[in-house]
Amino acid sequence: MTRLLRDRRGAFGFLVLLVVVVCAIAAPLVTHGDPVAQHDIVATRFIPPLSSDAHGVFHPLGTDRFGRDVWTRLVYGARISMGVGVLAVLISLAIGVVVGGVAGYWRGPLSVTLLGLTDFALAVPRVVLLLLLAALWQPSTALVVTVLGLTGWMGIARLVHGEVRSLAARPFVEGAVAVGARRLRILTRHILPNALTPVIVAAALGVGNAIILEGGLSYLGLGVQAPTPSWGNMIASGGDTLVNAPWVATAPGVALVLVVIACTQLGDALRDVLDPGVRR
Amino acid sequence: MLARFGHRLLAGLAVVIGVVTLTFFLLHLAPGDPIDIILGPAATVQQRAAQRTALGLDRPLPAQFASWLSRFARGDWGNSIAKGRPVRALLGNAWRQTAWLVGLSLLLSYLTGLAIGALQAARSGSRLDTLLSVSTVTLFAMPGYWLGLMLVLAFTYWARLLPAFGTAGFDSDYLHGASWLIDRLRHLALPLATLTLIGIGGATRFVRGAMLETLSQPFITTARAKGVPPGRVVTHHALRNALTPVVTLLGLSLPALFSGAVFVEAVFAWPGVGRVLVEAVRARDYPVVMAATAISAVLVVAGNMIADVLAAWVDPRVRYGSATS
Repeated sequence: MTRLLRDRRGAFGFLVLLVVVVCAIAAPLVTHGDPVAQHDIVATRFIPPLSSDAHGVFHPLGTDRFGRDVWTRLVYGARISMGVGVLAVLISLAIGVVVGGVAGYWRGPLSVTLLGLTDFALAVPRVVLLLLLAALWQPSTALVVTVLGLTGWMGIARLVHGEVRSLAARPFVEGAVAVGARRLRILTRHILPNALTPVIVAAALGVGNAIILEGGLSYLGLGVQAPTPSWGNMIASGGDTLVNAPWVATAPGVALVLVVIACTQLGDALRDVLDPGVRR
Repeated sequence: MLARFGHRLLAGLAVVIGVVTLTFFLLHLAPGDPIDIILGPAATVQQRAAQRTALGLDRPLPAQFASWLSRFARGDWGNSIAKGRPVRALLGNAWRQTAWLVGLSLLLSYLTGLAIGALQAARSGSRLDTLLSVSTVTLFAMPGYWLGLMLVLAFTYWARLLPAFGTAGFDSDYLHGASWLIDRLRHLALPLATLTLIGIGGATRFVRGAMLETLSQPFITTARAKGVPPGRVVTHHALRNALTPVVTLLGLSLPALFSGAVFVEAVFAWPGVGRVLVEAVRARDYPVVMAATAISAVLVVAGNMIADVLAAWVDPRVRYGSATS
């Protein structure tokens, strides 16, 4: 951990994500009011950042076309966007680790089938599949998480497969086989923990990617539905009022870019810190 | 060699058929009915049944799939359910718009990426390297739909320089020669800039990594020891060898020519494949979605194979390990 924070990229990524997560969790404490409620629309809409409305309420990032505070929506939107990103990657991780681990350790038809399935899923263009799945059912936050999770596991499966295969030939695994440990136990207790480094890095990058894709789907109206704020649908609705109120689209975009940069930087730093070549 | 190539071709064909099958059944089993969209809520049961028979949607799914597959393979892609136009014409027009936009942006971003990446690797660790790294990481993190909006804000609303949507102005039918070309280029500028800026971010990071790895190899030390000028070491010795992974990546981005710009097309109302696909999925326009998915899958498979061929062409050492010569 200290090694990670001593790395400038790691410290930056960690700090940004920490601030975003803390704000998202403590949303009612750092904002005022409801992110969804609409009150006196005519009096409070399109108020520029850093000014107060007619009721004397201060809006650090201004208000949108329904008079809702952009900062409040941004913070509550962080809950949704970060939540979607993390949950989608967790689904991808679960599928990827199981498929990759099993395909890497069990030889024979099962392994061939799983690898074939992975290659097949990799050959489906992700954006096309996303559109297809997201547009076929009624759009909802749960659907976005599922769809992103189901289309993002292939790279992780490939990674895990490669790691497991190389680890399975190591002496410590032969040792475990020699003392009579069961195969499943060897895989879960001995091999997988040692194969996790590249997986953690891939997961960090995957969260950023998932947040961008969630935004894209929401932009097309296929993602998180209004009035629930997500950074993607905030950018989309801000795009409609770009002329009157450019801050509505700008703020969530800046937040999104910062989080994605933080994810990539943290991933890069993790790779360097956790690299077995350096540590062992 | 030829046998392995044939094997890859067969595997590719299997993948395409798999994708198409999956899409077909997913599409038909999901809720939503094109009949609702064509006839509207006021249609009678008889009208709906007649329309269903006319479109062949009343037959069993496997039979529908078999007849679609055989007609598609013979080049008869059918008519769009929602628009009535032939799918080939619909996708052909859209594809030209997307390929033109994405192709240019790939070319520009890889050329710029090669130049900046090589420069960064040559000056690795310097301030310039850090500055460029920060810029490219930032560019790469930008979602196209947001960067597009910001460019529209800056260049359309504030600077009043460039148009924000479409491929041509309302008066384009009356323009000729140079003014027609200028109108087209002005409309191309913002979507192209959006895609290219993000592309530069990715390409530069990739080239820099590949260059750094090549520069650490013994033959570079040898070249330097021989007294080859540093600039020449970078351009003649390192860059050529670092090209292999870059060219592979370029081959893998071939499918992007078809469907790579869905979100950016939405921002700029660019009439490309992305828009056609989104509309078609929403309208349950089965023939259009099926054809577009099939083409995407073929391009992914072809892109993988072309990437291998290109890699072997750039780096003759690769030929021994792969199936492509």
